[in-house]
Amino acid sequence: MPFQYTAAMSFEHQLAEHRPYLIKFARLQLRNETWAEDAVSETLLAALSRPQAFQQQSQLKTWLVGILKHKVVDQMRQRAREVMLDTGDDEGDELEALSFTANGHFVQPPLDWGNPEQQLQSRQFIEVLETCTERLPAAMGRVFLMREWLELSCEEICQELKLSPNHLYVQLHRARLRLRECLEIHWFGLPRGVTP
Amino acid sequence: MILRRNCKETAALLLAREDRKLGLEEKLALRLHLAACDACPLFAKQVLTLRSAFTQWRHQADSGEAAAPTPPGDQP
Repeated sequence: MPFQYTAAMSFEHQLAEHRPYLIKFARLQLRNETWAEDAVSETLLAALSRPQAFQQQSQLKTWLVGILKHKVVDQMRQRAREVMLDTGDDEGDELEALSFTANGHFVQPPLDWGNPEQQLQSRQFIEVLETCTERLPAAMGRVFLMREWLELSCEEICQELKLSPNHLYVQLHRARLRLRECLEIHWFGLPRGVTP
Repeated sequence: MILRRNCKETAALLLAREDRKLGLEEKLALRLHLAACDACPLFAKQVLTLRSAFTQWRHQADSGEAAAPTPPGDQP
């Protein structure tokens, strides 16, 4: 049946076209080329094996990202022992970088970031946000994106990776401080005009 | 029960709140400190901005929607 054959090819082609997009997020989350490629291959294979599941979905990309998230969690679970091995550079207490006095007051008040809701949607800001996230040490970045991209609860993350809650909280706390600092340096602290 | 928190401890609570439920005493200490401090509400605002930044990012990443162009006046 030539018509069906063409339709099937076209679905495969559509899937292949989304591969680079999926790879980008798999890399950001997994921080390992092989793991990322495995997760994306599994995603595309799963999609190919049940194209009928796509019928109700409005957007192919949204559907694929949903599958990818499951495959990424599978990778993290399988590699749980390696996931936290790389703790990256250990500079210690990021809160210190904010400069507190001996009795715990801010040396200088934090910068007013204004009301940047509009800016947060801009492509330029998203790029800076992704670059700052990429710069987190690998293990820290992985657990942080499990929270913010995969939207797992801390209990779920601890369970998947066999982590103690305290270890996880410290990693997340440090990730948030680093991102705060990175965004201040590369976006909010720039003269570009946080306040219009 | 120590309700007094300094700014450094308050900053730590504001960050912890993103990932775990604060205890009653922590919530109370946080509110008391924020009401009396000029600097910490600014830090709290930064943490909230970070939160909505990732909400925006996740929305765009998941739907594959192209980001909106930077609004006029915000060009570098």
